[in-house]
Parts: sequence; C-alpha cells; structure tokens
Amino acid sequence: MTTFDILAQQLVNGLVLGSFYALVALGYTMIFGVIKLLNFAHGDVYMIGGFVGFAVLSLVGGLVGTGWGGIALSMFVSMIAVGFLGVVIERIAYHPMLAAPRLSILITALAVSLVLQNSVLALTGGEFTAFRTNLGFGGIALGGVFITYNQMVLVGMAAILMLALETFVTRTQYGRAMRAVSIDKDMCRLMGIDVTKIIAVTFLIGSALAAAAGTMAGAYYGSIWYFMGFLIGLKAFTAAVIGGIGSIPGAMAGGLILGLLEAFGTQIPFIGSEWKDVFSFSILILVLVFKPTGLFGKSEVERM
Amino acid sequence: MSGAQKMLLNLSDVRLSFAGNTVLDHVSFGVAGGSIASLIGPNGAGKTSLFNCITGFYRPQSGSITLGGEELLRRKPHRVTQMGIARTFQNLRLFREMSVLENVMAGQHCRTRAGAISAVLRLPSQQREEREIRKASEECLDFVGILDEADRIATTLAYGHQRRVEIARALATQPKLLLLDEPAAGLNAGEKATLIDLIRRIRDERGVAVLLIEHDMGLVMKVSERISVLDHGAMISEGRPDEIRADPKVIEAYLGQDEAEELL
Amino acid sequence: MLPFKTAARRAEAQDNDPAPARPLAGITQLQQWFGRPATFRGAMAGIVLLLILGPFVFSQYITVIMTNALLYVVLCLGLNVVVGKAGLLDLGYAAFFAVGAYTTGILTLQFGWNFWASIPVALVAAAISGVIIGGPTLRLRSDYLAIVTLGFGEIVRFSARNLEITGAASGLSGIQQPRLFGWTIDSAVDFYYVFVVLAIGAVIASIRLSDSRIGRAWLYVRHDEDAAEAMGINRVAVKLAAYVTGAIYGAIGGIFFAVNLGAISPESFSFEQSVLILMAVILGGMGKIPGVILGAFIIVLGPELLRDLGELRLLVFAIGLLLIMLFRPSGIWPGRTQ
Ligand SMILES: Nc1ncnc2c1ncn2[C@@H]1O[C@H](COP(=O)(O)OP(=O)(O)O)[C@@H](O)[C@H]1O
Ligand SMILES: [Mg+2]
Repeated sequence: MTTFDILAQQLVNGLVLGSFYALVALGYTMIFGVIKLLNFAHGDVYMIGGFVGFAVLSLVGGLVGTGWGGIALSMFVSMIAVGFLGVVIERIAYHPMLAAPRLSILITALAVSLVLQNSVLALTGGEFTAFRTNLGFGGIALGGVFITYNQMVLVGMAAILMLALETFVTRTQYGRAMRAVSIDKDMCRLMGIDVTKIIAVTFLIGSALAAAAGTMAGAYYGSIWYFMGFLIGLKAFTAAVIGGIGSIPGAMAGGLILGLLEAFGTQIPFIGSEWKDVFSFSILILVLVFKPTGLFGKSEVERM
Repeated sequence: MSGAQKMLLNLSDVRLSFAGNTVLDHVSFGVAGGSIASLIGPNGAGKTSLFNCITGFYRPQSGSITLGGEELLRRKPHRVTQMGIARTFQNLRLFREMSVLENVMAGQHCRTRAGAISAVLRLPSQQREEREIRKASEECLDFVGILDEADRIATTLAYGHQRRVEIARALATQPKLLLLDEPAAGLNAGEKATLIDLIRRIRDERGVAVLLIEHDMGLVMKVSERISVLDHGAMISEGRPDEIRADPKVIEAYLGQDEAEELL
Repeated sequence: MLPFKTAARRAEAQDNDPAPARPLAGITQLQQWFGRPATFRGAMAGIVLLLILGPFVFSQYITVIMTNALLYVVLCLGLNVVVGKAGLLDLGYAAFFAVGAYTTGILTLQFGWNFWASIPVALVAAAISGVIIGGPTLRLRSDYLAIVTLGFGEIVRFSARNLEITGAASGLSGIQQPRLFGWTIDSAVDFYYVFVVLAIGAVIASIRLSDSRIGRAWLYVRHDEDAAEAMGINRVAVKLAAYVTGAIYGAIGGIFFAVNLGAISPESFSFEQSVLILMAVILGGMGKIPGVILGAFIIVLGPELLRDLGELRLLVFAIGLLLIMLFRPSGIWPGRTQ
C-alpha cells in the first residue's frame, strides 16, 4: 500500500466513525439547545438503542433475515422505542429539575446515565453480547482502497437520517419552534408555543438518532455491551462542541471532523492507536478551553 | 476640564455598545473625593451599565476611567474593588444561606491575606486575622445599624435591612468611593430618611465619596451635592441640584415618566 | 451574555423558605448538631475511641473494609472542597488519587526512594496537576468544566496504561511497605490505624478550612460569582485554591492506598472511581462535613451489605442517587448546604 492508499483508507474509516459521532452529537446539540443541559446520559441512550435493536433483530431475524433489511427494521423499531424512553427520561428526571441550580441537574443527568448503564449491566452481567448478522464482507476496491458495502450502507443511512432531520428542522412547524425555543424560551411561551411539548419532541428525535447509531454500531462492530455509550458519548460531545454546541449543521460537521481526525491521528508516528483516545480527549480539552463556542460558532459578548 | 485633576473618579469619552446597540455614548463624568453625587436618568438610560463599566464588569469599547489618576479600564472587577471602589447591586445580591455577618465578612477578603495552609495549621497570625475580620465586619454592621441581626441568615431579613447588609458589605472593603445602585428602591418613607442619614454619615464619618443612582427625586435633591443626568446613553446635564431642577433638557428627558412630577 | 440576569434567575430558582438563625460555618455547625460544645466534644471523643478499639472487635475482613471506608473519608472530604464548597463539578477526581499513588509507586520502586521522602514530591505533583488542570479550565462554564475534568481523568488513566514507567496495563506491584521508627507498617490492623489518623486529620483540616477566610470565599464564589468579585475576591484564584486543596487530599489518599495494597493499576483510577467518590459526597450532602463522612461510609459499606444482590446492587445505588437528586438534592444529612 502506498502512503496515499493508507490515507485514503483512513478517510473511509474516518467517515464511518464520523457518521456515528455525528448522529450521537446531534442529540447532544439539540437537547442542549432547548434546555441548556449537557445530557450525560445521552451516550447511554445510544447504548440502549443498540440493545433494543439487538433484541428486535433476535425476534424478527428469523422472519426477515439479519441482513441490512432486518437491521433497518430493527433500527426503526429501536428508534421509536428509545425515542419514547428519551421523553420519559426528560419527564421523570429533568423536567422537575429545570429550575434547579445547574450543578443539581448535571448530577441528575449523571445519575440517569448510571441507572441506564447498571440496568443493562444487571441484565447482561457485564459481558459483551454478540450482535449476530449476516452482513458479509463484500465491497469494492478503488485502487488500493477497499470500501465494504456495509460501510457504504452505513454512511448512506446516516446521511439519510441527517437529511431528514435537516428538513424537519427547517421546513416543519415543530422544527422552527424547536429553534425558537433554543433562542428564547420565555418569548416562545408568550407567543403561545407549547415549550414543554417542544422539549419532549426534541428528546424524542435526539434519542431516536442515538438509537439508530447504536443499532448500526452494534451491527457493524458485531458486539454490544453496557459500557459502549461512555466513550462515544464523550466523543460525540466533543464533536458537538467542535461544531459549536447548539448548532445542528455544526454537530454533523463536528462528528465528521472528529472521525477523520481520529482516523488520521492513528497514522501519526508516536500517537498510534493506543493513544487514540488520549488524542481525542486532548482535542476536546483544547477546543473547550480555547474555542468554547466551536469552530463555526460566533463568540459571545465578552465579559471581563 | 480644570476640575478634572481634583476628581477622585474620572470618566472620559466612555463608549459602550452591545451588538451594535449603543448603551453609553461618549460619556465623560467625574466624582470629587469626599463628595456625594447622584446619577439620574430614565429607565434604560444606561446608569447601571455605567456602574458596570466603572467596576470592571463591562468592557467599554473606548474611553478612559481613572480612580485617583490610575487607569481602571481593563482591570478585573476584583482589582477595581481592591483599588478602592465598592458597589451595591440594583437587585439585591446577598450570599444566600449565609449569615449577615458572613456576608459582610466577604468585604474584608480583599484586605486580608491568610490562605489555606495557615488556616489548616491555625497559625497565630491567621487566628489574629480572623478576629480582625470579625471585628471590622461587626463594626460595619453597627455603622449601618443592624448589628443585632448579625447571626441571622441574610436573606431572611426585612427588605430594608437586606439593603443595609449590602451597604455594610461594601463598606467592609474599605473603599474610597461607594457606588449605590437605587438604594432607596422599595423602601418606605421612614427607611428613606434613615438612608439619607446613612449616606451622609458614610461621607462625613468615613470620608468615603458616594455616587448613587436613584429614582426618588426628593431623596436625590436632598442628599446630593452634584447631579448628572444620563439619557439614552448620553450625559445631557450636570450641576447642582437647583441647576438640574431648572434645566429644560432634563425635564424633557423625563417627560411622560412618573418621576417628572416629583422633579417639577 | 447578561451576567446579572442569568445570576438573578439562578437565584430565583432556588427555594426561598426562611431558615433559622445560625452562626458561622464549620465547627459551630457540627456543634449545633450535637447540641452544646461539651456534648460535641464527648461525641467526638467517643467516635475516636470506637475507631481505636475497633480492630479488637472486628474480624480481619471488617478491618479491611473499615480501612477502605476511612480512605474514602479522605477522598470524599477532598472532593467536597471542590464540589461542595466551591461548587465546581469535577468528574475526574480519581486523577489526583492516581497522581499520588503513582508518584510514590514510581519513586520507591523505580528510583529506590524512601517512602516518606516520596510524600512531599507526590503532594507537589498533585498540586501542580491541580494547577495544570484548573488553570486554563476554571473560567469555563460548569458543564464544560465537568467534561474537561472527565477528559483529564481519562487522559491520566490512558497515559498510565500506555507508559512504561507506570507499568502499563498491569500497573506497579511490589511497592515496599513503609517503616516508621523501626515499626514496619504492614498488617491490615497497622494500615487501619494509619487511615484512622489520616481521616481524623482530613476532618480537622476540613473543619478549619470551613471556618476560614478561604473557606468562606469558596462559598461566596459558589453562591454568586459576580457579587463575590464585586467584593474584591479573585474568583479564578479562589477556585484554583479549591482545586489544589482537593488535589492534595486526593494525593494523600493515593499515596497510602499504594503502600497499603502494594500494587496499583490504571483501573483503580477509572471514571467509575471518580463517580463513586462524587456519589458519596452528594449522597451525604454536598458541603456538609458530617454528611460527607456518612456518605463515604455508605458508599463503601453499602455494597458490602447489599452483596447478596449481586449485579443488582450497583443498579440499586444508581437509582438511590437519582431519587436523592430528585427528592433531597441537598443530601441525606439534615440542614442546608453549608
Ligand atoms: N449585558 C448587556 N447586554 C445587552 N444589552 C445590555 C446589557 N446591559 C445593559 N444593556 C442595555 O443597556 C441599556 C441600559 O441599561 P441599564 O444600564 O440597565 O439602564 P438603567 O440602569 O439606566 O435603567 C438597556 O437598553 C439594556 O438593555
Ligand atoms: Mg439600572
């Protein structure tokens, strides 16, 4: 393989990784937009999405098969179920805390994350669960670069979901209300927008996107476990911050940028794959410290 | 400009805007040492913003603000306080869940130095300093007349007394200049009379210059030596109370506002 | 940004019921709980006596668990300074614990240092890491700070796992047990007593800090940053002091943890460790010293008591934490956050 081929291959890997990050980052960004909460449990919602998708596929796999068709179906069911789980979480845990000091609601989010993780831990005993599919390993070779069909389908599905979201946010009444709520909640109340309902819709969509990513990741990597949401949660948050938290296109771009950075980062001498996570955490910290409004965000009025 | 040298606080050509909205438009202004001055103007004129510029909470786009000749601009709020300017807030900003005395002790922070290590070791110097902080704070509470409430939780006090806690807390920083943002808001007539007396004593007994923002024209006219009028971010008039009362520009600025009646 | 408006909203958000009159923080708060100062001293003496007599009654197993609980008292009181006093959500506190443990481990094992000589170095290392982590980040908003500290915690753990000097994934083992005036501290009971001394020291230090200029400044900054700054308090310096103080508590815990077990590995300093310590602090009641001590004991003893529940016990704990946040956000210890 030439250096060019290696880099091109990493481009493909980065795109796949970045699609997962972007889907999860979208939920972070949307939820942050409407209630200014950094939802620590979001990574675990992704994990639950993986498990629900797995459960559905186990049930219906015999009928519809465990190829992309069956996976797409399970993913769809998982999106709906987990979307409602997100709404329930918001109702039970966050809604009563919206007026509380920020520290309290952050800790509540952390508690929700622990409850989700430990529920699955109790069910699975902390073992990896094999996510069996018959996806095969076919693909096409472009020069020295090999792209599997799985990778193409995956990136394609992520792109469709993001396009659908973009349409929803810009074209529908709910989407516009959602953007309005993230700008000024009080004004929205005055104008008769049902803010509580918009917040619920936001959790529904954000959680559904995470569930889609969880199911796809389970199918793609072939296994799921209770802790799989932790790292991706952090990284998706990084992606959301890179793109400017609260910004939907920013989250998509941030996810892809982080995925690519990680993929190429492993090729840098001295970093290597074992330092990959340190590399992305360092990016997270650098962005938060030096550019907390993100690469595309505009800076707030400075206070001394 | 002849008086500029004698001024304790001096603002010249201060311009502040937020996202294109001009809040302060080339404001120049001064407060003489040991004087009582007022800043008046309709709601939204930019008075609180001016306080925020002086105390380092807002960063004006241009201009200069000096205290005794030293530049304040670009200093952090805590540095400004250390240099000798204390303030109260338009909306009460007491430390919740803490006692009145603890609230006032906050003001002594910038005049003392003991750190974590000397606290853990209970060094004699730290113990002495703690006693001094307490004593100075109690003295400030006594000065504003609420020493007997020292041990109560500050936010449970009557409103008028909470205002006095804020003043005591500001005095505990040992300022040269005290900025009061609408100190009479929400007070009844009796409390206002006490406040006038307190403001005079702050100047007479402590030698602290006072600059207050106030809507109660009776109070302003009674207590101030100089009055400055801000309207839409611009300083439209400046002078003795009798001059201000007669200034047609001021009356026009207030037209349609409740305070106009009191002014006329 | 509208600093005043947001802070005003923050203030409104807190409940507003009148609280009874109460004197200064710290020891007086404890004293009130126990009634008159004489009763307080009696109660304290009783607790210390019980701690001293403990090993004569305890089985070896209980002694080990009690030692662990006392370690948690130190760690939780340290995190309490950061979260409970200064109001900074630190999700990577185990990093400081790790810095203490690894510094001592590396110096004694790889460089043959005497254990006692390694202590000051470990404390300085912890203080420096507190400054490195805190310096650039304390200006950030609270949720960003939480994530940055989490990131730092993970960086420390990953680095320990990847570096040769820290023994990579298997960690360091064979750390020498310390000697003091000819007495080798090696049995479980010996270490129990060491941790009794450390925990009592941590409690005394915490009480003294609460009742000091810097301890009050932490509360001022937590309650209202703008008002604190207007009082001439440098909020960044005050927060940094909280961070460094917390780091030193963590490092002390880590140093003695390392020699107690004789072996350390990166997984002892994971995110779960940080969360567990944080849980203890919140459970007991952020900012309340007796509450935090109680929280430390619950976190260590609870899982032992719930052992029969197996995998469910962590779930029970997590649900408990959620319920506490929803129904008793200031913890199980009575009274308000001090
Ligand atoms: N932080 C800020 N951001 C944007 N606008 C501000 C800010 N602070 C003040 N303003 C604006 O400046 C103007 C003057 O406000 P203020 O100084 O509070 O007036 P006053 O105290 O005279 O009633 C108002 O229009 C207000 O909206
Ligand atoms: Mg005002």
